[in-house]
Amino acid sequence: MIDAVTNIILLSMLVLTALAIVRMERLFAVVILSSVFSLLSALLFVALDAVDVAFTEAAVGAGISTVLMLSTIALTKPVEKRARHTALVPFIVVCVTGAALVYGTLDMPAFGDPNAPAQIHVGPKYLARTPDDIDVPNVVTAILGSYRGFDTLGEVAVVFTAGIGVLLLLSGLRRRREDEEEDLR
Amino acid sequence: MILHHLILRVVTKIFVGTIILFALYVQFHGDFSPGGGFQAGVIMAVAFIIYGIVFGQVAVKKVFPEWVVHKVLSLGILIYAGTGIATMYLGYDFLDYDAFSPVNPTQGQHWGLLVIEFGVGVTVTGVMVAIYYAFAGRPPAISDEDW
Repeated sequence: MIDAVTNIILLSMLVLTALAIVRMERLFAVVILSSVFSLLSALLFVALDAVDVAFTEAAVGAGISTVLMLSTIALTKPVEKRARHTALVPFIVVCVTGAALVYGTLDMPAFGDPNAPAQIHVGPKYLARTPDDIDVPNVVTAILGSYRGFDTLGEVAVVFTAGIGVLLLLSGLRRRREDEEEDLR
Repeated sequence: MILHHLILRVVTKIFVGTIILFALYVQFHGDFSPGGGFQAGVIMAVAFIIYGIVFGQVAVKKVFPEWVVHKVLSLGILIYAGTGIATMYLGYDFLDYDAFSPVNPTQGQHWGLLVIEFGVGVTVTGVMVAIYYAFAGRPPAISDEDW
């Protein structure tokens, strides 16, 4: 009962935040509201007992992305550009996509279904074997680091590649601009 | 250099240490509680970013120079992949941490998890700080008053 009430409150706050983001024109407020959106999602993850995911959402979504979006605004403009076209076509696209997504969820197992594929495939095996194989209380760490260690190496490689990509794009430009300034002198 | 409000500077100085301590807790307590290398790396990077925001780019680059960041962000993934190579050297599969303690495999698993989580944390810290430097190092297009 309490769970249902919490979920309803959090989800309606999520929808309200999203609507406010759409209505806002000052990008500073938009960025802060998207940080609020992330924080609310983190709370929802806590309500779903996915504490590790909530932790990541709070640190990355509400923390780092907000800082990066603010730095991006500092490089561009603080106010949204007026749209030159009517919003009709995007609205239809969004509605169709949303309808397709809702249609897709109809085939999914019910919320909290114990017979869902996620619960009966390898999950129980990991839960049963972790105390013997690895003996750490946090099964998430055991799965990420040991059973799926190779996947996590791939994830770290993705983070690394993303960092290198941003460095190449942004620092390359800066050096060229400095060169141009030197040319002007 | 921008000088923010006094209270902001004092509070930041107190907070930076606490944030780093919390990051280390999340990093090395990942086996027992929620969190791990990814979250710890982000929290660690936040400590440097908040310092950079309040005290300016020059100050934070004295603490954590850009070239060190670039080395650090590749070091982490080397630690991770190196662990895998090390287990292969010891005659086990890639990333099979039993290799570190064949007599007591769970102990080996604990060591392996500790090392690879550290690698993850180091790379994530490096990447986040490097991205922040890349963004914040560029000349701003709007002045502080326009906010």
